[in-house]
Amino acid sequence: MSDQDILNPKHMPHNPEKATLEGKNKFIGFWFFLGGETVLFASLFGTYLALRNSVNDGKSSEELFGLGLVFIMTMLLLTSSLTSVYAMYHMKNNDFKKMQLWLGITVALGLGFLACEIYEFYHYIHGYHFTMRSSAFGSAFYTLVGFHGGHVVFGLLWIVSLMIRNAKRGLNLYNAPKYYIASLYWHFIDVVWVFIFTVVYLMGVL
Amino acid sequence: MAEEVSKTTEQYDYEKQKNKEEMKQQVISFALMIIFTIIAFGMVISDLNSLFVIPVILVLAAVQIGFQLYYFMHMSHKGHEMPALMFYGGVFTAFLTILALCALVWW
Repeated sequence: MSDQDILNPKHMPHNPEKATLEGKNKFIGFWFFLGGETVLFASLFGTYLALRNSVNDGKSSEELFGLGLVFIMTMLLLTSSLTSVYAMYHMKNNDFKKMQLWLGITVALGLGFLACEIYEFYHYIHGYHFTMRSSAFGSAFYTLVGFHGGHVVFGLLWIVSLMIRNAKRGLNLYNAPKYYIASLYWHFIDVVWVFIFTVVYLMGVL
Repeated sequence: MAEEVSKTTEQYDYEKQKNKEEMKQQVISFALMIIFTIIAFGMVISDLNSLFVIPVILVLAAVQIGFQLYYFMHMSHKGHEMPALMFYGGVFTAFLTILALCALVWW
């Protein structure tokens, strides 16, 4: 396949993200990375589970967490996962404009999630004086949830830069794998969040 | 690539139909994930025994992850043997990590 075929394909194949060798390599390599990410988050989850009752006479999880905000955050992130699925659906149908539109919606929902999380941390720090230095529970909590929030920030920057960089190029076999990988990353963020809201928040108020 | 050389309209329509069917499955799994989330939150809010609630919400989370992986991240498609190996390798190590850290504190 020549460069010209990759950048200006006459016909889009059914799976444009895996039509080139580079796309296939990106796909395999990214799943390898996700395996590593799983271990990374597991070590943070393990630390949190081990330290969550070490509150050092400070606030405990029952006193801090409010499930209403967490529910809104969960719905925002879950819906953004679906909208990025829609984006990939339009990618497979070679509809670039609709793909960009759905990715835009994904970004908007992700920003909503991030705003809630920033509000949550602000509220804990200023309303309850619960910081990373308050207790071992505080350190473990902010590290785990903050690391996830960092992934959200990175994912948003990633998707936005792809959208801007390729806005005038349209969809081709060079950038289709990039979009696909970014959407996989976004789903993985949601996978981690499902465990965060279950293990940290729901088990925290029980 | 052979599939690129010529693509008849029939083939194109077939692929479009297939994408549509997959999208339907994904919307269904999304609806189930929302329902599972609501059940999990509902169980925690209602005053049930936590020894019963914790295992159930963990199972609900695991099922949700399954939907995410197999439908949203397309692991149900062909050609995902390597991704499955990588990911489950990660999950296995993750399990050992959590077990080890919890055991260390328990001791």
